Amino acid sequence: MPALWLFITVLVLGLAGFILGRARVMKDADGDIRKLHSLPNYYGSNVMLSAIIPSLGLLVLWLIVQPMIIQANVASHIPTENYADSGALNLLMSDVRRVADGLDIAVSQGALTPHAAQNLTGTDDVRGILGRLGVALGTDVEDDILTAAQEYRIKSNIGGWIMTVAVIAAAILGFAMALKVTNKDHRARNSVEKVVLALLIGAASLAVLTTVGIVFSLIFNTIEFFKLYPAADFFFGTTWAPSFGGGSELGILPLFWGTFYISIISLLVAVPIGLFAAVYLSEYAGPKTRGIAKPLLEVLAGIPTIVYGLFALLTVGPLLVGMFGKDGSFGVNWMQGGSAVITAGLVMGVMLIPFISSLSDDIINSVPQSMRDGSLGLGATKSETIKQVILPAALPGIVGAILLAASRAIGETMIVVLGAGAAARLSMNPFEAMTTVTTRIVSQLTGDADFSSPEALVAFALGMTLFVITLCLNIVALVIVRKYREQYD
Amino acid sequence: MSDHPTSPSSFPSNPSGAAKNSLLKLDARTKKRNASEARFKAYGVGAIALGLFFLVALLTSIIGNGTPAFKQTFITIPIELTESKLDKSGVRDIDVMKKVTTFGYKPLVQSALVASLQEHGIENPFKKAADLGKLLSSSAPAQVRDVVLANPELIGQTIEFRLLAGSRVDGYFKGRVDRDALARDKNLDAEHLDIADAMVTAGLIDTKFNADFIFGADASESRPEQAGIGVSMVGSLFMMIVVLCLALPIGVAASIYLEEFAPQNKWTDLIEVNISNLAAVPSIVFGILGLAVFIQFAHLPQSAPLVGGLVLTLMTLPTIIISTRASLKAVPPSIRDAALGIGASKMQSVFHHVLPLAMPGILTGTIIGLAQALGETAPLLLIGMVGFIASNMPDGIASGFLDPNSAMPAQIYEWAKRADPAYYERAWGGIIILLGFLMTMNIIAVILRRRFERRW
Repeated sequence: MPALWLFITVLVLGLAGFILGRARVMKDADGDIRKLHSLPNYYGSNVMLSAIIPSLGLLVLWLIVQPMIIQANVASHIPTENYADSGALNLLMSDVRRVADGLDIAVSQGALTPHAAQNLTGTDDVRGILGRLGVALGTDVEDDILTAAQEYRIKSNIGGWIMTVAVIAAAILGFAMALKVTNKDHRARNSVEKVVLALLIGAASLAVLTTVGIVFSLIFNTIEFFKLYPAADFFFGTTWAPSFGGGSELGILPLFWGTFYISIISLLVAVPIGLFAAVYLSEYAGPKTRGIAKPLLEVLAGIPTIVYGLFALLTVGPLLVGMFGKDGSFGVNWMQGGSAVITAGLVMGVMLIPFISSLSDDIINSVPQSMRDGSLGLGATKSETIKQVILPAALPGIVGAILLAASRAIGETMIVVLGAGAAARLSMNPFEAMTTVTTRIVSQLTGDADFSSPEALVAFALGMTLFVITLCLNIVALVIVRKYREQYD
Repeated sequence: MSDHPTSPSSFPSNPSGAAKNSLLKLDARTKKRNASEARFKAYGVGAIALGLFFLVALLTSIIGNGTPAFKQTFITIPIELTESKLDKSGVRDIDVMKKVTTFGYKPLVQSALVASLQEHGIENPFKKAADLGKLLSSSAPAQVRDVVLANPELIGQTIEFRLLAGSRVDGYFKGRVDRDALARDKNLDAEHLDIADAMVTAGLIDTKFNADFIFGADASESRPEQAGIGVSMVGSLFMMIVVLCLALPIGVAASIYLEEFAPQNKWTDLIEVNISNLAAVPSIVFGILGLAVFIQFAHLPQSAPLVGGLVLTLMTLPTIIISTRASLKAVPPSIRDAALGIGASKMQSVFHHVLPLAMPGILTGTIIGLAQALGETAPLLLIGMVGFIASNMPDGIASGFLDPNSAMPAQIYEWAKRADPAYYERAWGGIIILLGFLMTMNIIAVILRRRFERRW
């Protein structure tokens, strides 16, 4: 039975459990609610939850574990001389799965009888048969792949039946056991609430699980990469020249340089503008100006990055070329193309303005009024108060905001993919195209589906580096901001 | 404030010559301080003006470049559907007629164009009908073929067709293409434009609102005039359904636990630190996670809206959790105390009283989180939602979740990458639609907040 129908069956069982459980306890109490320990719905829910939760848990677990076991089992049937390493085995196994899925489709559409599907041999035109059904195979199907695929089908079929039986059995067992203990003195509310609390804890733990998932998916592939490519060359290499034919040079330094150069330019744009805007809005502007200017600035933060990317590629880039390029209005020939560090930096700076201004605004507002009053009372002008009292007091928080903005700039993808260019170089010229860590992750991982070459795996190492850097920046920033907040609370 | 008057003009100087140290006369130092005050304030005004200038520049650029995408140039010509070419057998059997490919229709369309020019007395310098045919979109024969296959009884008649003009002709009427640019273009000559001008006077060419851009499918690289954002809009819709169905319940459950039940211990601390960190992890890292976990490990189909939705769910969760916690916190403790006081359990007080009161805030946060997810592009690039032509509407609900599709921002990126001014125009147009959705969602959020928010 397909998982979806199984899911629905279990839900129906649960619903039946709710009704039966409620009815049973009402009968036990002769229809008098006052004799019950809990409200009648809790008895229903108790039966429903004990029917649904263990069986659905089993279903999910089974769906994850079964393919792994079957895959390992089938892989042991493929002769070891057919593949060189585990990467090649993975490719082979994905072929096996594709053929198996294709055979399933063939059987379900009636092109093959189940019996014929299991009796196909390498001499039959399997590729042709599947091709007509819309399952495209790259090459002709070899004998052992076909055998493995048939093996795979038998095992998944058996596994599927056992799963159906096991899940329904679990649901009925839970159903029956809960129904059995349902009587008017049973503390149904307490047990329902315990289950709900467990579900709440599970939901909250998902955040931890996500982090663990990120770390694992990065670490395993990164280790795989360092097995193929020396770590020292990766971290200290000054050339980035991947070629899928082999013999790539994958040094991260040019990418780092591009990333930092662009981030620095963007911060040079965003920090002064954002900070002055925040100071003006919180210290000078009346409620009316503030009410208009602040939301308008924040619109900039709500615009998706793809829009900024297009703005960089099609508006700012050509504009800058018109100014600094050949035959430009400044009469200098500094810029060859629209994609350049300065283009991406400027646009990213615009994107970060509201980020810096609203964070600093909060921080400046949390400086106690008494400090302002004290300074003004001593005869300082407003700007002197801001420069000598408020900003020093808010400095740690502002530094935190800038660090958060820097971490955003480093991790930003779409603006640099569209606006910064693809050439990896170590240069000081902001009018040249350079590339960043995020851009390379995108270009190494889109298109090619082969995850065993160092050229694809390097993206995970880049991602790991990116994750570690932004994580450190975030943690430092959060610690600073938090410490500062406590100071005045 | 300083003790000195801020504005010297409000105190007319004493004509008889005041004492040297009069408070009414500004000394050099005060002037300097006041000037610096004015300067500082001007910097602030300047910064805000600059920020708003960027906003205006961005919006002008979007609207100026994007609105042409909503209009399209059409060529209206009568085409004689010759039986001998389209259905030799004459039995109107659809399967037989399907054997005539678009190549069979092409000469028909082209000669119809030549004929209609002659009829209107427009000079035609081209000897070959195929050269003249460049005025039309290369999708024109397919357009005719679809009509014929749907209505076989039309064969033998002369029918008026409204065909798409080629992208460069379209660009000419939108001011994107001019004669100088065509000198370097091998696809179209200046003579074509002369003909096009004459055709406008003859009423054969008109530029009208283009609904296909909003509801249609993407087209191949050579046919920008045919491309639309409709299919990827459906892809985005399915992704948002996944995000809403997962992120809202999980986010609310997590916030309830952290805000109402969590004891102060290491595990709670760990969860909180994780959530605030996840909110700041670059979105591309979530893309790597999706690629490694959902596609490499769990073998979910590539480019499927389901996978995109799962990745975006993980990305949106921290946003929803943070805003939900804020609105739970805003419900005063007296509500909880009152519920507990009349005998509700802790769980009942939360689910029956606190949660309903916090609901408007939670919904506002959820809508803002959804808007953020709708505009996100980077993770979608890694799970393969670009690099192909999203040309088919999904057949049903399951296919909507599982079949390869694009999403609006990914489609815009795809168009931007095709390096053709006609596609750039589509990309800007797509952005207008995307921003339209985001604006609507944000306005709904603001209205919800205004309408239902309670001040305690």
